Amino acid sequence: MSQRARVNPIACEAHGMCAELLPERIILDEWGYPIIDGAPLEIWQVKHAIRAARACPTFALLVERDRSPAVAHARSEPSG
Amino acid sequence: MSALNSTLTEPLAPMAQQCVPALPRVLYGVPSRGALSLEEHVAIHGTLPSTGGRGRRRARERATMLIEEIERSGLLGHGGAAFPTAAKMRAVAGARRRAIVVVNAAEGEPASRKDRTLLETLPHLVLDGGVLAAEAVGADEVIVCICESADLGIESLTRAVEERVAAGSGHSPSLHLVVVPAHYVAGQESALVNYLNGGPARPTFTPPMPFEQGVKHRPTLVHNAETLAHIALIARHGAPWFRQLGTPSQPGSTLVTLSGPLTYPGVYEIEHGASLSSLVQAAGGTTARLRGALLGGYAGSWVHSDLLSGIALSNEHLAPYGASLGAGVVLLLSEHACPVAETVRLAGWLAGQSTRQCGPCAYGLDALAMTVLEIAGGIAQARAKQRVEHLASLTARRGACSHPDGAVNLILSSLETFEAEFAEHARHGPCDGCARPPEMPMPYRAVSQCGSRGTRR
Repeated sequence: MSQRARVNPIACEAHGMCAELLPERIILDEWGYPIIDGAPLEIWQVKHAIRAARACPTFALLVERDRSPAVAHARSEPSG
Repeated sequence: MSALNSTLTEPLAPMAQQCVPALPRVLYGVPSRGALSLEEHVAIHGTLPSTGGRGRRRARERATMLIEEIERSGLLGHGGAAFPTAAKMRAVAGARRRAIVVVNAAEGEPASRKDRTLLETLPHLVLDGGVLAAEAVGADEVIVCICESADLGIESLTRAVEERVAAGSGHSPSLHLVVVPAHYVAGQESALVNYLNGGPARPTFTPPMPFEQGVKHRPTLVHNAETLAHIALIARHGAPWFRQLGTPSQPGSTLVTLSGPLTYPGVYEIEHGASLSSLVQAAGGTTARLRGALLGGYAGSWVHSDLLSGIALSNEHLAPYGASLGAGVVLLLSEHACPVAETVRLAGWLAGQSTRQCGPCAYGLDALAMTVLEIAGGIAQARAKQRVEHLASLTARRGACSHPDGAVNLILSSLETFEAEFAEHARHGPCDGCARPPEMPMPYRAVSQCGSRGTRR
């Protein structure tokens, strides 16, 4: 089962540790927030991704197994 | 086509003459003043077709039947995302714990008045839908969330709930009314759930989605108020009746908030796929020449006036224009207005509506608003348009909710649609129209109770 890196944008405070530890997949934008390549991680990258997630001071980086498509529900519009 | 004048400053106008005999559906029997009482509502629509029945098994079977009927009807959510209603209900019904139904009438969209109009005039139709949805997904509680600025809606809804309690509706789910802050993103599903759980009305990180774990950690069905009104009608008349109107991919009718330089702006009910010109005609025609139309709301897209005559109002027809019906907003801009100045105000407003929880949304929308302002003032650096596009790519799809996506969509759409005007401003600075009063409504300038400004640690 493939794994992907994802950021919790609410928790993220732009410390930038993840980009240091997983530069193959994460770069920082002009404000210091991570831009993550959401494609499945290569097997050798998983270890680095987990290390980056553990190093994040706000635990905002997540390494997740793919969710089943049925659960990947559309995000609703703010107007409700 | 049925009309309901809902400009808040004017009293509600009586029903306009019907152009299509099949309409109005939702707005059928709308009173000229005040709200329809329970007695009047029952006289028009009949009693609630109960999905429950004797015995648990029977009740469960009938509940499944309602979800199946809604699926056959092809009803899509009317809150803006147009997500299939039955799929959402099925996800909640399949959960193990007892569910909760949330009626979403937060209506943070400044250009939309349909949900508050519905609750002001026909509260029982929405409550019927809430009760039916609750029975269908096995919920024992219906929470109606209404915007704090909708005074009349709160009043009529309170009375409607009292009427139902007095009428003694037996085993039906309990009804609660919750007033939510008037903030653009407060109506977002996860923000509502967070607020109902005692938190601020701000979106949360998902998953878990509300249908998995929502209010009180229970599976929660969040439906827009208008969606529930349609459910109340489908339960009574069936899916084939519902499909008599609309397009195959978007059946039925929809409420549209029509504003701009019109004789009778207001909330109208139209068939999906009806032409924009027929809607404008029903509103008594325009009082000025048009420069363009904003479709879908403040997260929507502009369509240039040259193209307006060919516009049909369904998502399928609007897709080639990069637009959608969203929450049913059609806002016409007169030719006197300066679209650049309107975009500057709108971009600033949307940036201000960010709850500043997510960095890319907070900083990205601020930077976008600033760049658009510089272009409008004629003081932008070279390649400002490329800068906007770069900022847009950094901002969209990087928040916990879709607010940055919608805001970016609107700004890019303005730049594209009014390219000539933006180029003119970039060269020569403000035009005469820039000093005119704004045409697009932008209420609650200060971020209200949800206390979101400056909370980034």
